Amino acid sequence: MLEIKNLHARIVDDGTEIIRGLNLTVRAGEVAAIMGPNGSGKSTLSYILAGREDYEVTEGDILYNGQSILEMDPAERATAGIFLAFQYPMEIPGVATMEFLKVAMNEQRKARGQEPLKIPEFLKRVKEAAASLNMDMTMLKRPLNVGFSGGEKKRAEILQMKLLEPKLCVLDETDSGLDIDALKIVADGVNTLRSPDRAIVVITHYQRLLQYIVPDTVHVLYRGQVIKSGDKSLALDLEANGYAGVIGQAA
Amino acid sequence: MNMHATPQRTLAETALIDAFGERLSLLPGDGAVMLKRDDAIEAIKSGLPTRRIESWHYTDLRRLLTSVPDFDPAAVAKAIAPIVEGSSVLPVLNGVSSAKWAAVEGVTVQRLSEKLTDGSIAPGLDSYGSDDAIGALNTAFVADGYFIDIADGAQLDKPLELQNLQAGGQTHVRLAIRVGAGANAVIVERQAGEGAALVSSVSQLLLGEGAEVTWLVVQEQPDTATHLAQFKAHLGKNSKLTLFVMNAGGKLVRQEVVVKTTGEGADFTLRGINLLAGDTHTDVTMVLDHAVPHTASTEVIRNVVTGRARGVFQGRINVHQYAQKTNAKMACNTLLLSDDGEFSTKPELEIFADDVVCGHGATVTEIDHSHLFYLMARGIDEKTARGLLVKAFVAEVIEELDDEAIVEALEARLDNWFVAHG
Repeated sequence: MLEIKNLHARIVDDGTEIIRGLNLTVRAGEVAAIMGPNGSGKSTLSYILAGREDYEVTEGDILYNGQSILEMDPAERATAGIFLAFQYPMEIPGVATMEFLKVAMNEQRKARGQEPLKIPEFLKRVKEAAASLNMDMTMLKRPLNVGFSGGEKKRAEILQMKLLEPKLCVLDETDSGLDIDALKIVADGVNTLRSPDRAIVVITHYQRLLQYIVPDTVHVLYRGQVIKSGDKSLALDLEANGYAGVIGQAA
Repeated sequence: MNMHATPQRTLAETALIDAFGERLSLLPGDGAVMLKRDDAIEAIKSGLPTRRIESWHYTDLRRLLTSVPDFDPAAVAKAIAPIVEGSSVLPVLNGVSSAKWAAVEGVTVQRLSEKLTDGSIAPGLDSYGSDDAIGALNTAFVADGYFIDIADGAQLDKPLELQNLQAGGQTHVRLAIRVGAGANAVIVERQAGEGAALVSSVSQLLLGEGAEVTWLVVQEQPDTATHLAQFKAHLGKNSKLTLFVMNAGGKLVRQEVVVKTTGEGADFTLRGINLLAGDTHTDVTMVLDHAVPHTASTEVIRNVVTGRARGVFQGRINVHQYAQKTNAKMACNTLLLSDDGEFSTKPELEIFADDVVCGHGATVTEIDHSHLFYLMARGIDEKTARGLLVKAFVAEVIEELDDEAIVEALEARLDNWFVAHG
């Protein structure tokens, strides 16, 4: 489903190269964990997948279902089924959360040639998704993410993911800022989305989240490259021994 | 040799002076009113204000008012649906008030033409200063409007909508309202029309002790109209006024807001949104006098500038020497969406008291790219996402009004503008 080939990318503003020849393949149905120390390029990779303009790909390609996505803007990627759960979701004053959800769902439906959702059906879906994440509907009456706690923002991201039903889910540090109860709820939310036609990329610094969202593959990112890949035991190894060993082997 | 040659009159000045001569016999008023009219036209004869007059620096009326239409007795304007369903509507059509209206408990309505004829409105026709060109223009020509009295303690459960609707030509209207002690009302001032008109409109509001009023100015003139408006209010003891001004149209617009707190504990809130498009000029100028101790005010103005539009906000707060414990905050934020648009902001705080809290701030921004990215990352195309963010920027001010019917009504007007200019 996702094939990243020899990707090089830099920050547009100052030209700093962050991703330096990254290769990664994630198949449909797979949950892939990307781990790595701070500054290894994990969040940058997630932004590049979503199409943020602050980064520029200088070499290599990203194929999604065999097609390059580099020329697609963020909205086109999203309607094609790519979803990024942000590490730091934006607070947008003045944009009502419900209005935002409705517009996003209907824009995606429109792009796929589907009719817009009728209001009762839309409300039903939101209520169900919110209930499954233990979210209070009154929260959704507020402006988008404004005044949400860190944990509420992360839940709101997963809520959006459930409603938009993407094919490729990228979760950037979704565990940060969550207490253990919230972590379980969020992980359950993600697990219910596991399906043979969907791939999930979990970006995390710690192994903790992977106890709840058990990955099929684990990849270690360091200095903009995948330096080691393995199965879930690799995550346990990193937890026990730290990144130093893996980095040492690669060097 | 004439050492004091007045500059040659502009076409607009000449047209106004000629029009006064032609209209004089038709204008209602007793001796006192007609004297005020004479003074007013003399002020216009000495020339419309230019950029050299400080309060008109950013709106050079003499240069910008390029033409003045004739009065058009054949023009026909029709009343429109009020913004909040079920409101009591008092229409002024082509400058003429209605002789009949549905009675509202606690509200006494008189046609302003009658108050001019009997002269009882004369003291209210005085200008507030030497640079009061809008007041002078209106006093010279005003023929009608309404005089409304809201009785002490009256609680209006539905808004009162005053519609000033033009269909071309000139209209000069005055709306004078007294709100009695402890009374409570929502008043909508609707300014719209279809013609290439010159409109002057002056609203006067007197708030009694403990009265609470939300006043919404919804200005949606066509981009062929010149709209010169003034809102003047006196706030009595412990009274509360929330003034919301929405400018969403007009070719040349100046909305003056002149407010004085005259009773302790008075509270004034100004919220404004200016939606500017095309090749237009819109000016909101406020002069606020904190004249007594323990009064508060906040002003927030949000502007969206597109096309070649130019906007102005001047906010002057005078805190008088004995007006201790004044609390005043002013902010003006502009979203500049075009390279050819411009917005000028001039805050002025003149403080003669020593125990006050006063502040002001102004920002000019573009759309926040990280917000845009976030919305697009959910599949919302760029144009729609920009629209949502621009609307959010101004909707924030509307939502503060905290009354569902009013918020919905104003957001509908906002949507209307975005459909036409989005």
